Amino acid sequence: MEDAGSIKESLKRIDDNIWEIPIGSKPGMNVPGRIYLSDKLIHNLEPEALDQVANVAMLPGIQKYSMAMPDAHLGYGFPIGGVAAFDEEEGVISPGGVGFDINCGVRLVRSNLTVEDVRPVMKELTEKLFQSVPAGVGSKSRIRASESELDDIFLHGSRWAVENGYGEKADLEHCEGGGCIEGGDVRHISAKARKRGRPQAGTLGSGNHFLEVQYVDKIYDQEVADRFGLEEGQVSFMIHCGSRGTGHQICTDHLRTISQAAKKYKIALPDKQLACAPAQSDEAQNYFRSMICAANYAWNNRQIITHWTREIISEVFRSDIDELGLDLVYDVAHNVAKLEEHTVDGKKKNVYVHRKGATRAFPPGHKDVPQAYRDVGQPVLIPGSMGTASFVLHGAEASMDISFGSACHGAGRVMSRAHAKKEFHGEDIKSDLEKSGIMVRAAHPSVIAEEAPGVYKSSSDVVNVVHDLGIARKVARMMPLGVVKG
Amino acid sequence: MQFSDLKYEYLEHTADAKFKAYGKTMEEAFENAAVAMFNVMINTSKVDCKHTEEIKLTAPDIDDLLVDWLSELLFLFEVDFIAFGEFKVESITQVNGEYTISAQASGEEIDLEKHEIDTEVKAVTYNDLKAEEVPEGFMVQVTVDT
Repeated sequence: MEDAGSIKESLKRIDDNIWEIPIGSKPGMNVPGRIYLSDKLIHNLEPEALDQVANVAMLPGIQKYSMAMPDAHLGYGFPIGGVAAFDEEEGVISPGGVGFDINCGVRLVRSNLTVEDVRPVMKELTEKLFQSVPAGVGSKSRIRASESELDDIFLHGSRWAVENGYGEKADLEHCEGGGCIEGGDVRHISAKARKRGRPQAGTLGSGNHFLEVQYVDKIYDQEVADRFGLEEGQVSFMIHCGSRGTGHQICTDHLRTISQAAKKYKIALPDKQLACAPAQSDEAQNYFRSMICAANYAWNNRQIITHWTREIISEVFRSDIDELGLDLVYDVAHNVAKLEEHTVDGKKKNVYVHRKGATRAFPPGHKDVPQAYRDVGQPVLIPGSMGTASFVLHGAEASMDISFGSACHGAGRVMSRAHAKKEFHGEDIKSDLEKSGIMVRAAHPSVIAEEAPGVYKSSSDVVNVVHDLGIARKVARMMPLGVVKG
Repeated sequence: MQFSDLKYEYLEHTADAKFKAYGKTMEEAFENAAVAMFNVMINTSKVDCKHTEEIKLTAPDIDDLLVDWLSELLFLFEVDFIAFGEFKVESITQVNGEYTISAQASGEEIDLEKHEIDTEVKAVTYNDLKAEEVPEGFMVQVTVDT
């Protein structure tokens, strides 16, 4: 951390929105660092986050650049907003490049409802959603998965939910990877992780996670918006949550073994939280296959919450789900590592892409984009902070070249939770938001203060960077009508 | 304020909660770290200590032991639904290069109204982790993921 100041001085501007930390800025860097930021945002970036980008550049087998998205901020090991790809054979896998909340992610459900339909019932709708979707510290699900059901969830993700009546087959077709990564292995998931996972399938959690009622207030690209089924004035629902205690525990458990493996394989670590192991080692593969299970758990979690959300909407509007047009637009992971094919130095190769607080943003034509969207690119969902705009983008051509098919994931914090609680009062924020037409229902007022709009960067400034870089292009902007928080 | 009076203090961190905890012994520093972590989540002064958990853990070094200690408490909080308010670390010993902690944590079942639930702590990280002897005694530094 002592070098953090000098790292900032070594930052070189490459292009309008591209800054580089050259090799050698810190001893041991294998590739340069690349930070994607506009002039507007550069002053928000903490020197310590830059230092973390340089640290990631030191890991063995890293390809092209150690990257930070425009919403990047200080994390541990990798910065939040960090992206790095490692050679399948010569590289490493690092839990610090995924984070504790494995496959924390976001999904968007559209509807046939308009702002006019929804505004008069917002209080009832927000309250009922809050009652129906367990949220907050210590919340438990109505579902108690058995041990064998938990295995199914770990191995099959959203498919478990859909096969058990929590959703439609079409949901799977409109979800990153079909709501499941193949190759999970439950043998290295501890009893503790299982114990945390069983009561939490279908819970929202706390912190920055939310269920939001939104409306489309601006369309930037009519053609792509049509393809995603979005139009101005239309109401949509955004669900942001992850793998809960089971994901946190899987990360905690494997950090220990990976940390010992790093010593065993003599990998020099600039930060203990960057612990990693050679990609093909047992330690790395055991983590990777357990991480897949947590990612699948998270997809299943969002699918169950989607189902309950649909039930409540259907109840409030006394209409059935099909008539209300409650279709899943898409679901993206924010914290995950995946084995993907990319072109490096003109050659196609498999790499382990780590996205920690970053979204996949595959461009038109990519085989992993659902058929329905393949000619326009993958939907990229960027939630705003409470009370500010969220965005839908579509993956664009430059993403494969610039960022291993990745874009930003949100607004990015600029203020600590502790500071936010001193600065803001939860009840005041709630009543201010209500005056501007946004209903908020939270488990505790302090979470509203912690997540106040003022603690985040402007989501539109962040989104403009990826738009201008051609990583992902803006399709629609959504404004909140109601927020349910943990 | 005398060093010995200061049990713990919170440090500025953008996304997470970071703190330093102090003690005349390492045992005391570990106890205060647990109080610091639980005060991120709940108001520990409102916890009645009706129930005590015995905790014994072994780890390859003192840093890992600190992470394990706090992680175990977090696990019990989430799974057994216990709000802890008091911690007693009987001993931290080193035998054959392994560190062992013997401790008790006391609390009661979580009451969402009474304990004033605050920020959820997801996990204990290794980021900028410290457990060391300082001139005034012992200090541990921890960042928890919130």
